[in-house]
Amino acid sequence: MRAYVPAYDLRVPRDLTETLALLVAEPGVWRPLAGGTDLMVLFEAGKLEHRRLVNIWGLRELRGITVEESAVTLGALTTYTDVLRHPIVRGEFPLLSSAAAETGGIATQNRGTLGGNIVNASPAADSPPALLAYDADVELISARGARWLPYREFHTGYKQMRMLPDELLSRIRLSRGTSRFQAHYRKVGTRKAQAISKICFAGLRVPSTGEVRIAYGSVAPVPLRCFQTEAAIREGRDPFQALAAELAPIDDMRSTAGYRLRVAQNLLREFLNGSR
Amino acid sequence: MPKQAIALTVNGVEHTLDSWPMARLLDVLREDLRLTGVKEGCGEGECGACSVLLNGTLVNSCLIPVLQANGARITTIEGLAKGDRLHAIQQAFIEHGGAQCGICTPGMVLAAYSLLRVNPDPSEAEIRNALAGNLCRCTGYTRIFESVLRACQGSEA
Repeated sequence: MRAYVPAYDLRVPRDLTETLALLVAEPGVWRPLAGGTDLMVLFEAGKLEHRRLVNIWGLRELRGITVEESAVTLGALTTYTDVLRHPIVRGEFPLLSSAAAETGGIATQNRGTLGGNIVNASPAADSPPALLAYDADVELISARGARWLPYREFHTGYKQMRMLPDELLSRIRLSRGTSRFQAHYRKVGTRKAQAISKICFAGLRVPSTGEVRIAYGSVAPVPLRCFQTEAAIREGRDPFQALAAELAPIDDMRSTAGYRLRVAQNLLREFLNGSR
Repeated sequence: MPKQAIALTVNGVEHTLDSWPMARLLDVLREDLRLTGVKEGCGEGECGACSVLLNGTLVNSCLIPVLQANGARITTIEGLAKGDRLHAIQQAFIEHGGAQCGICTPGMVLAAYSLLRVNPDPSEAEIRNALAGNLCRCTGYTRIFESVLRACQGSEA
């Protein structure tokens, strides 16, 4: 059933400080709303649990891409379009720009944010596998302060995250020096454009040294970095067996566990063979 | 929750209206301002029928709470023609069969307009990419892509 619109409140704080004060005053009551590409869908379907929303789309503190010598830091409100328009992000982080280009149509890319893609915590999201492969760090802020943690430790279960009710995801940091990698990103959906993934793959490797990083979407309750499979590749064991043991795909409206495992293995083979 | 005063500049005309903060921009444009060129297709950001330009950026108006658009400039399909003179893209859609039932057409035209402003001479692949968020159930897309190509060749975009 559609949402009863008058029952919902949307607060527009002046700045980040006011936003964090609201979140800490009533933890869990206020749901941050950014580009709306996920929450507004839930809202329209009458499935948005929160009745009180706080608009963070206008917070300048959460915008912008900062390039430093050793890292590129992206504000949580960085949109897919921002990613695609930034020459350094495009040039040095091709997995992320591929994910951005394959997420939704242009109107979605103009509003969807990296921070939203992370905290919406869908295992089918397209940018998390890229961020996992790049060993991203994420910053969480609250009225109590800020903390960084490795993104690989962020998702703990289906829609479960290491984020407290008064915290906001504020920045994403990617280490530079990625030019040694060959990158391979592949999304498999029902059609080429604008489909939610049945499965998606992000891989980085350095053939001369054996360094390899592999991550998948839609194969487990969380976006998954496949450390066991990476170890199998480095140690010359069967990577496809390791992958089958490491993934936990399910049957759902978009695909089946069997199809997902088969395609996951095929995508790994494609990656290791170095071609599409 | 009380209604709030919202200011919108739509197709160059300033409006102030009272609205629920979470009312969808789509509904405000259609119901309050009677701009019914903005269509509702899926209501979940998949089909692009409700596309408008928000401060010059292509968005799905079904996914924008009106309070997020407070103070913004909005362009709907009604704002593209200059009086009786259609925009070159609109004219091309008519001449080359880009429109059939018309539900997707406003979104298609605005997505094409959004592309041509930054890329006046796009390839067909670029047109396909720019229109990938807009679904059409009549034309089979070929005539739509052709209309956009012809609009570039024809006159000013």
